[in-house]
Amino acid sequence: MDASGLLDLLRVAVPGAAIEPLSAVDMPTLAVDRDHLLEVSRVLRDDPRLQYALLVDVTAVDRLPNEPRFEMVYHMACIGAAFLTAGATAPAQASRLRLKVGLPADDARVPSVTGIWPTAGWPEREVFDLFGIIFVDHPDLRRILMPDDWEGYPLRRDSPVQIRKDAASWSPLQMTAEEFARNVRVGHDKAVKRAHPVAPKPDVQ
Amino acid sequence: MADIEIPVLTTSVEKMVQWARRSAIWPVTFGLACCAIEMMAMSCGRYDIARFGAEVFRGSPRQSDLMIVAGRLSRKMAPVLRRIYDQMPEPKWVISMGACASCGGVFDNYAIVQGCDQIVPVDVFVPGCPPRPESLIYGIVQLQRKIDQQRMSA
Repeated sequence: MDASGLLDLLRVAVPGAAIEPLSAVDMPTLAVDRDHLLEVSRVLRDDPRLQYALLVDVTAVDRLPNEPRFEMVYHMACIGAAFLTAGATAPAQASRLRLKVGLPADDARVPSVTGIWPTAGWPEREVFDLFGIIFVDHPDLRRILMPDDWEGYPLRRDSPVQIRKDAASWSPLQMTAEEFARNVRVGHDKAVKRAHPVAPKPDVQ
Repeated sequence: MADIEIPVLTTSVEKMVQWARRSAIWPVTFGLACCAIEMMAMSCGRYDIARFGAEVFRGSPRQSDLMIVAGRLSRKMAPVLRRIYDQMPEPKWVISMGACASCGGVFDNYAIVQGCDQIVPVDVFVPGCPPRPESLIYGIVQLQRKIDQQRMSA
């Protein structure tokens, strides 16, 4: 489905959303407002004509000094006949899509899409780590690449590239094996609950 | 009886200890980046560091004498490097291999430690990006010379 068809479909499905097409050379690209990101994402995943079941990447751009300063970028893909979303009876055309969300500098927060695509957990942590964008309702929002006690967000444009600071040569033991196992279990349960608010019915053969 | 050769060498304890230490330098298996590829090449047949008695890479720091810091050291990795160094028994030595480990190299940024001598005491710096295996072998030979000069009484 091309960008204009997608646009018409989404405007009908999510009436209040401000969805605009953006120019791009490689794949359809849409801008959506922050308040309707989750609704639009859910339609993109669940609509039988779209079936964007695979979230490929989550990243961000710092447009300093422009406003809105931050731009969230979501890449998603429909992988065609290889996978049907729940409720779909026929495969959709395999395609890719880019979704962008502008965020103001003084309120860099965006709803987490982990409830729709659980795989967004680590990429959103990475964006939080490097850009300082807050993901509301993320199950485990903490740094993933930089040291836990790092100050600042390195990929922001006003963050210094070179710093003169002594490197830490000591760090405490991170956690016990029991704590680690418990964290994994809790995060998994939460993600499953968000992706399937109602427990999926088992297929009857 | 004067023409019988007695199979005995005499030396000092110090010289014998120095000989024993320098002839069997066991490095810890610890690679950080592309320099580690050259380090592996050095230990394999083509360059064959076994000729200098340093081919036994140990998987445990408890059995190692030498740490080769082979690659750029990130700030997050620095405490890990220090912990491994602390786990090695005395006497122990450190070779800083390549530009990144020695001074940060091209990575003059917030993420990389600008010289691993901020974290551990370095005995030999090997220049290069990455150093060829011959350079690292030369570094190990230099380290052997240094070990030969370490006095037990000091």
